[in-house]
Amino acid sequence: MATHFILNGKPKTVDVNPNMPLLWVLRDTLNMTGTKFGCGMALCGACTVHIDGEATRSCITPISSVSGKKVTTIEGLSATDSHPVQRAWIEIDVPQCGYCQSGQIMTASALLAKTPNPTDAEIDDAMSGNICRCGTYDRIRAAIHQAAKLQAAGTKTASADEGSEFVASAVAFSNGGAE
Amino acid sequence: MSTQTNGLDRRNFLKTGLAGAAGLVIGFYLPGRREVLAASRMDGSATTPDVLNAFIQVAPDDNITILISKSEMGQGVVTSLSMLAAEELECDWRKIRTEFAPAAVVYFDPAFHMQGTGGSQSINSGWKPMREAGAMARMMLISAAAQKWGVDASECHAEDGAVIHAATKRRATYGSLAEAASKVTPPQDVTLKDPSQFKVVGKPFKRLDTPIKTNGKAGFGIDQRQPGMVHSVVLRCPVFGGKVASFDAAKAKAMPGVKDVFEISDGIAVVADNTWTAMQARKAIDVTWDEGPNTDVSNETIFKGFADACETPGVVSRKEGDAEAALKAATQKVEAIYQAPYQAHATMEPMNCTAYMQDDRADVWAGTQFQTPSQGVGAKIAGVKPDQSFVHTTYLGGGFGRRGWTDFVTQACEISKHMKAPAQVTWSREDDMQHDYYRPASYVKIAAALGPDGMPTAFTARVACDSISRWFFGPAAVSNGMDSSSVEGISDTPYDIPNILVDYHMVTGPIPLGFWRSVGASQNGFFEESFIDELAHAANKDPYEYRKALLSKKPRHLAVLNLAAEKGEWGKPLPKGRYRGIAVLEAFSTYVAEVVEISIEKDGVKVHKVTVALDCGRVINPNIVRQQAVSAVVFGLTQTLKGSITIDKGRVQQANFDTYDMLRMSEMPRVVDVHIVESDETPTGMGEPAVPPLAPAICNAVFAATGKRIRHLPIAPEDLI
Repeated sequence: MATHFILNGKPKTVDVNPNMPLLWVLRDTLNMTGTKFGCGMALCGACTVHIDGEATRSCITPISSVSGKKVTTIEGLSATDSHPVQRAWIEIDVPQCGYCQSGQIMTASALLAKTPNPTDAEIDDAMSGNICRCGTYDRIRAAIHQAAKLQAAGTKTASADEGSEFVASAVAFSNGGAE
Repeated sequence: MSTQTNGLDRRNFLKTGLAGAAGLVIGFYLPGRREVLAASRMDGSATTPDVLNAFIQVAPDDNITILISKSEMGQGVVTSLSMLAAEELECDWRKIRTEFAPAAVVYFDPAFHMQGTGGSQSINSGWKPMREAGAMARMMLISAAAQKWGVDASECHAEDGAVIHAATKRRATYGSLAEAASKVTPPQDVTLKDPSQFKVVGKPFKRLDTPIKTNGKAGFGIDQRQPGMVHSVVLRCPVFGGKVASFDAAKAKAMPGVKDVFEISDGIAVVADNTWTAMQARKAIDVTWDEGPNTDVSNETIFKGFADACETPGVVSRKEGDAEAALKAATQKVEAIYQAPYQAHATMEPMNCTAYMQDDRADVWAGTQFQTPSQGVGAKIAGVKPDQSFVHTTYLGGGFGRRGWTDFVTQACEISKHMKAPAQVTWSREDDMQHDYYRPASYVKIAAALGPDGMPTAFTARVACDSISRWFFGPAAVSNGMDSSSVEGISDTPYDIPNILVDYHMVTGPIPLGFWRSVGASQNGFFEESFIDELAHAANKDPYEYRKALLSKKPRHLAVLNLAAEKGEWGKPLPKGRYRGIAVLEAFSTYVAEVVEISIEKDGVKVHKVTVALDCGRVINPNIVRQQAVSAVVFGLTQTLKGSITIDKGRVQQANFDTYDMLRMSEMPRVVDVHIVESDETPTGMGEPAVPPLAPAICNAVFAATGKRIRHLPIAPEDLI
């Protein structure tokens, strides 16, 4: 049965089992592998995408339920890695193994869209569904604060640190002192 | 400090580039590896050294490709190994590209006699040879320029990816010299920089792999897509040692999209045109298991086996003086039993592999920590020679030791061979959690005698657990009944105690064991550093001062202990309800002390602050060292505060993150403060060594808070009441 939806700004039609989760349609039918499989039960957040702007676990979202909706994946967050969350992630050098980071970034960007200047408590609340086994939480927290600043300053203003080969030292070396 | 490598010869020098590399490139075997070339080859699976391989390639467009022979699982080797080569190459850092090296003998790690990543070994192994490779390339590029200009090489120097003849202000980029340099006779001697001249080593460079890990483009094993590839899952017996008795796959095979269902060596493979369909069809298989001999095995029987074994002496691991006599004669004695549970690796990327077995070649695409055994598996199953078996290493979505195994590689190869097509096998989270090679459950009976001054005069520890080496290397590797990984972290106690006896019972069982981030020290460090805290309290002494007094002959332990105490404000007043704990341990020749600050809340222990002091010798990249220290703290917090793997009826009781959870953002300490001891000692690794001190530091803080001594992990709510 065909399902029609908007994927990263473009109309998309897929003809698959209506119960097939969006995650596997993205990964195996459309070969868009940026969205990750972690648990299959909405317990880890690795598969997070935006559906009509809401951070959603694609591993338990049947494809039929996104009919007519707007789906954004990590591939569609920005054309040139220019989203404030991506820029902050790069400045602060957040990822380690990197596997969970698509999901972390999608959850964080949905948070910032609604809460432009989140507190640590709001960050904890929004991000606690996303597991990072490498334990990059303190840099994620710092990067969300940094992304909030970049977002407020407007996306066209490049940060001084972004192009540096050195990590944004003020944030990264305080190691969690972002309160 | 300069280092020279003599006798480099032309056989180690290659003009060939990797397939796909643009233009003429120059490449180098890693110097100093000829002894490795002759080393024993595991399974006869390694390729011969004349296969094209290189560590550094300079392309005509000035791009420089560093071949990374280590697996990148988050620990930063892509960046730090490139930095070592770049330090000597004098290149433009922005022109550096990296590729993962193919499987070949030239990339063997001398520590393992095979190509692989583990034991926090990569920096230590790469420290000299990667710089030598960079220096060799630089010298050849300078020679090429000097020949071109008709000047002496000694009048030229290299800078920012170009050779410069200052006297005539001539400058040629590396790319323009690449072809000529490839014809230069490689230098016989390589002189490395004095560390005072370092421009790259020691600097907080950003990771090279960050951009592709923020836009979804980093290719993990699970992301591999080959033309005509089929997707698959495997149904395995939940009981360890069990197997398929019979099965009926008619319903599964009838499902749309299912291509085949068939038995492979460790279960029933379900092949479909996507992973989800394969998972759905797996549920429709009607299977009868032969559950085998282990259905009575449970945590209870396992730990009873450990306790029973400890009634009698074991194989001696360390003996100094006469600890038993000293204990008998002692007026004050402290005794305890500690236990640690099984732990799963729970990498965020579940196990998976993609393989294509053809008549004349085998291809394996995998996030593997050990390329050589993976190459061997591909060759064996395809029925080709090792040099016809190609391992394409991807980024690893976490490793922590799990991806050193080849069980998932074997599955993909068997399925591809049956299907005559490229096949990807993907494990569900449940497969991954229930078919791991676990951190051993372990048990220790531990005792000490205290002298009149409260200081220990004797220390004994009797450890009982199964052996990781028995599982990984086979029983022959542990035929003397000893496995150092079972006792590391306790047998090597650094404390100055005149009488020491540590012995070990290898209690074998069916629960698969493997290397888990920081290995034996992950449990033995908890035992030893908690017990020393018990001794300090028994002696009415401050736990930091007590350790300090016993470490006077161990300067590197002492330095990190003092630094952690100072920066963690040991002994300074705390807000009401806050308590501190401390621990220090050496693992993989890196020294780490940690001070934690906790409070006891209604729902358990809350960790507010962790202060880490570490000495890993010379630091290559302080940014990555700090990342690894914080990462290890989180790993340690998870083992201390979250779940464990338990066994009942011969199977694992946990299945997903609802029953085996990881530390979450809301539980992350607000401050993890990392302090690095400045050192010019040989660099050692940071992937693992900051894990072990965390559990005992927290449990010691819990004792300070509650007077309750935690002697098993994880900490349960009832332990605090």
